[in-house]
Amino acid sequence: MTVTEDPVDTNAVPTPDNNLNDHKPNGFGRMLRKEDPRLVRGRGQFCDDVTVPGMLHLAILRAPMAHARIVSIDKSAAEAHPKVKAVVTGEDLAAHNLAWMPTLSNDVQAVLATDKVRFQHQEVAFVVAEDRYSARDALELIDVEYEWLEPVIDVRKALEPDAPVIRDDLDGKTDNHCFDWEAGDAEATEAIFADARENGVVVTEDIVYPRVHPAPMETCACVADLDPVSGKLTLWSTTQAPHAHRTVYALVAGLPEHKIRVIAPDIGGGFGNKVPIYPGYVCSIVASLLIGKPVKWAEDRTENLVSTGFARDYIMRGEIAATKEGKIRAVRTEVLADHGAFNGVAAPVKYPAGFFGVFTGSYDLEAAYAHMSAVYTNKAPGGVAYACSFRITEAVYLIERMVDVLAYDLEMDPAELRLNNFIQPEQFPYESKTGWVYDSGDYEPTMRKAMGMAGYDELRKEQAEKRERGELMGIGISFFTEAVGAGPRKDMDILGLGMADGCELRVHPTGKAVVRLSVKTQGQGHETTFAQIIAEEIGIPPEDIDVVHGDTDNTPFGLGTYGSRSTPVSGAAAALVARKVRDKAQIIASGMLEASVADVEYEAGTFRIKGDPEKSVTIQDIAMKAHGAGDLPEGLEGGLEAQICYNPENLTYPFGAYICVVDVDPGTAEVKVRRFVAVDDCGTQINPMIIEGQVHGGLADGVGMALMEMISFDEDGNCLAGSLMDYLIPTAMEVPDWETGHTVTPSPHHPIGAKGIGESATVGSPPAIVNAVVDALKPYGIRHADMPLTPSRVWEAMRGNHTPPI
Amino acid sequence: MPVGETQATRSPNDKGINMQVPAPFEYERATSVDHAIALMERLGSEARVVAGGHSLIPMMKLRLATPEYLIDINDLAAELGYIRVEGAEVRIGAMTRHRELLESDELATLLPIFRDAEKVIADPVVRNRGTLGGSLCQADPSEDLSAVCDALNASCVIRSKDGERVVSMHDFHRGPYETAVADGEILTEVRIPLRPNSSSAYHKVERRAGDWAVASAGAAVTMDGGTIADGRVGLCAVGPNLTNVEPISAALRGQVPSEELFATVGQIASDNASPSTDTRGTADYKSHLAKELTIRSLRKAVARATGQD
Amino acid sequence: MEVTMNVNGDEVTRDIEPRTLLVHHIRDHLGLTGTHWGCDTSNCGTCVVWVDDEPVKSCTTLAAMTAGHDVRTVEGMETDGELDPVQEGFIQCHGLQCGFCTPGMMMTARALLDRNPDPTEAEIREAISGQICRCTGYSTIIRSIQWAAKKEQETPVEVSAS
Repeated sequence: MTVTEDPVDTNAVPTPDNNLNDHKPNGFGRMLRKEDPRLVRGRGQFCDDVTVPGMLHLAILRAPMAHARIVSIDKSAAEAHPKVKAVVTGEDLAAHNLAWMPTLSNDVQAVLATDKVRFQHQEVAFVVAEDRYSARDALELIDVEYEWLEPVIDVRKALEPDAPVIRDDLDGKTDNHCFDWEAGDAEATEAIFADARENGVVVTEDIVYPRVHPAPMETCACVADLDPVSGKLTLWSTTQAPHAHRTVYALVAGLPEHKIRVIAPDIGGGFGNKVPIYPGYVCSIVASLLIGKPVKWAEDRTENLVSTGFARDYIMRGEIAATKEGKIRAVRTEVLADHGAFNGVAAPVKYPAGFFGVFTGSYDLEAAYAHMSAVYTNKAPGGVAYACSFRITEAVYLIERMVDVLAYDLEMDPAELRLNNFIQPEQFPYESKTGWVYDSGDYEPTMRKAMGMAGYDELRKEQAEKRERGELMGIGISFFTEAVGAGPRKDMDILGLGMADGCELRVHPTGKAVVRLSVKTQGQGHETTFAQIIAEEIGIPPEDIDVVHGDTDNTPFGLGTYGSRSTPVSGAAAALVARKVRDKAQIIASGMLEASVADVEYEAGTFRIKGDPEKSVTIQDIAMKAHGAGDLPEGLEGGLEAQICYNPENLTYPFGAYICVVDVDPGTAEVKVRRFVAVDDCGTQINPMIIEGQVHGGLADGVGMALMEMISFDEDGNCLAGSLMDYLIPTAMEVPDWETGHTVTPSPHHPIGAKGIGESATVGSPPAIVNAVVDALKPYGIRHADMPLTPSRVWEAMRGNHTPPI
Repeated sequence: MPVGETQATRSPNDKGINMQVPAPFEYERATSVDHAIALMERLGSEARVVAGGHSLIPMMKLRLATPEYLIDINDLAAELGYIRVEGAEVRIGAMTRHRELLESDELATLLPIFRDAEKVIADPVVRNRGTLGGSLCQADPSEDLSAVCDALNASCVIRSKDGERVVSMHDFHRGPYETAVADGEILTEVRIPLRPNSSSAYHKVERRAGDWAVASAGAAVTMDGGTIADGRVGLCAVGPNLTNVEPISAALRGQVPSEELFATVGQIASDNASPSTDTRGTADYKSHLAKELTIRSLRKAVARATGQD
Repeated sequence: MEVTMNVNGDEVTRDIEPRTLLVHHIRDHLGLTGTHWGCDTSNCGTCVVWVDDEPVKSCTTLAAMTAGHDVRTVEGMETDGELDPVQEGFIQCHGLQCGFCTPGMMMTARALLDRNPDPTEAEIREAISGQICRCTGYSTIIRSIQWAAKKEQETPVEVSAS
């Protein structure tokens, strides 16, 4: 395993004179995106751009309160609206056994409420009308009578014996308990804590990762077109997982799976928000079935923020046991998780807490233990979303915040403390104390590189001088390790579907190719990077390779794009399917060159006879031969194509070192992020430009979560962040110019050595920023403050208020 | 709503209906101020005037505003879009867009508080449409220009079919979302007195660019040699009726500027504030900002007025 | 009501409800779906188009208010099939990922460069501060706009009036 320097300087800026692109014809390197020419012309096709002749419009009536019994619904006035085609309630759906649907966590969720509403803005009825505006108008004409019930909003009170029971729809349910989960060895961990209490140091901190929301710029939408003659449903839908959705629709609606075609057109950002199946999709399918016409549903921004998959909402108590010299020995945590009214978590079934189990981070420990209680509350369902890598955001935030708490108490430099505790390169593959096998890593060079780029020692000097003058400057570090690319089918499935991915490659007679993927880009650039993977393996230029994705009728089965899994799983499938084609091409080449297969060698699209470089054929020659006239070598079928279903051997473990510098105004408590240095290691790089873009986006997410984003509720359960006026996302004014760098430690089990990068920065950046702010506030004697660190919350923290009211 | 009680939902918002489209209305376009007034006379209290639309149209989408008639006055931009110095007064037309207020070098020289404030009002694209008159008439308690105009002791020209009347900012404000502009009337101009040896400044704390103020303060001072002849402070988002805090003016009058004076005056601002806790911040924090931002605005205004900035 | 406006150089007339938002008029009635809709509250800027050479948020503008005016959308950025330098810059500098905010960003960028051909980084950040991108973290958008500025300085480009 080697760690190398940056293959390219990713901070270099292209100019009209120098586009920085790699000029080699094929394979990996900086290459402009194939998606861009249509998108910059406004010629992408997003879901709400889809128009089908005769299409009707669907709008959803939602509950105004968090918890109430439905007494009656009068829809007669709405039905009388001249442009309304149908008004449907939960009772109507119940008559077809469609009022409830399974969630991705084997819970059930109401499509339309029948008995009670369980969170504010839950779906209660829908209207289908001739146009968008009339559908909205008709919602006003539906009269619902509700009997108000006491809501459960404070997650800490959800398990109290007299708390109202939210899920009385579940047989025998008498409390709001959702599940309990644990990892690690409780006894061994306690033994080390007991020893550390006597002979070392134990630090404890209560840490909240608040509820946030992915809020992609495009909200969720679909067009359902159920052809009454053929019985075939075509569903254009904002989905990150078209194949998994198709299977679920088959199970829910009872439609035969071959009669369902799910098309995910261009998607305006996903970030996990477009993994679950939402009631709006099911309502649209039902509406098209009932009316016999295509039906469009396009969510508005409020609906997106208040009802679709939120993220985080973990209340964590973290503990570290260490020696007085700063050797971390054990980590322990107790977590209270708010899952909302239905358990809609989109995570592998055996991992109800996602991959929170990697909370031991990048450190070599003697023991670790986590226990979690998840509960129902009268809030929107969700939990796994917003580029979290299945809850690794929470895990990394916990450990990286706790390491800083330890550094504070030990009066140690947080960089030094981390360097003293890293898993060492020779320990890989490293089995963590909670059972995760880290595939590869070499942490110190990555950390040193970030410190070098930041000028860490100079920054500490500057900070010391500023503190003398009463100025507040903070330096925050986070070092994260992720586990991405779910996953091995022996362990991982969603609703019984193994988390493998298919890939199919066809080389046409003229040497052009089409590759079909089970995953779906939402901006990650699959149409480019997957062409590059194929190009690297068989030498067909990327521009000659068409990438087909997001259409279940035209792509092989697989579980979709989320949890940074496209490159680790589907990218491996693409490399291996290309190698299958290459193997066949080599046999054909041997026939063409009249040599034995073993005597033919391959390099960059050309097959040569070993030792006789003059005699060669190209992949294009071979493609024509494979489809053309004349005999092929004995036993070989014609054509040049292959298909594969890749089952990953393990997850991949990307890592990175982030350093953030902030300035805090002592008078107003405003935080300014001055600098952010990010050094990432995602193994082999396919397209450094796209990797840099993925990192940049995640860093901005981190600024959002650390400083401003939060979905909050009042005590009645009214959502206080129902618009982008109230749910704040960073603009160009709040983020610095990112300073990025890379090291390369390939994954040993991935065919091209690549690891996932899509979520690293979202996972790794919040602790760096919070650590920086807390570091800035050190003169106030503060070692923790909860996100989001708005000016008010920073000011309250300066006064010692650790539990902000809002 | 007490638990156990039943309620038939009535207003769209009660019903859980979300934003997207306004309720139907009739559209009229005014071509002159007189035409606008005639339209308002004819259409009565069910008519609303729309200028930039960035406050009214979102309220219409929420169906919190459901006018039967909408009178578009954007064609009045030529007639009412101006910044003019007339004698010892700056006159600004009500249809002057935020961007024009921001970019006017003349205004920045005479009344720098405008540029301070406009830099942090909404965002550049919204500022292309939003107007001075629209901001003042919306009278949102978190709206910046009301505080600016009050610090500057501005007056408002309101016209109806019976002619013009001029009201002070104090009389213009009737409370949150309420002004002195009655049915059939239109705000046409804001007048700001110019005094020598004067300057002004504005400071705002926001959670993010483009957000409404957590709190803000604007100050205007007139110097007489080394002392403050007159000073006014307008506060924003820290409670109702704080667009001019009279005890502050009293405390400033005739005093030599100093950090102690600013701190004393800041404390008066804070004592007069009555903010509430919301997602923008705690009441305590906003009270603190009333002081801190008053101090900063005064410090800056005095520095500018005395040529030390 | 009948509404006539000039969109990307073409006079278009439609009979619409007075309450029709400009963004819906452009997308649903005129079929120009390059302009997107993202928030309703004029906070996100995916709906930015030009009205009379100034960027405005079309989700908070009534179509009726733009009757008789010139509207320019992303579909009107190209000149004779040639990309605007801003569009080219976004491709060259990876200024887009999902592409949803991109049309609005580019319309604002074009307006900025028309008024200020050599903006500083701070001026660019300020200009796009009413628009949200969830993918890029903004640095590459800023580089894209700087790329276009540089390109136009090197080769003076005639900017088409819509």
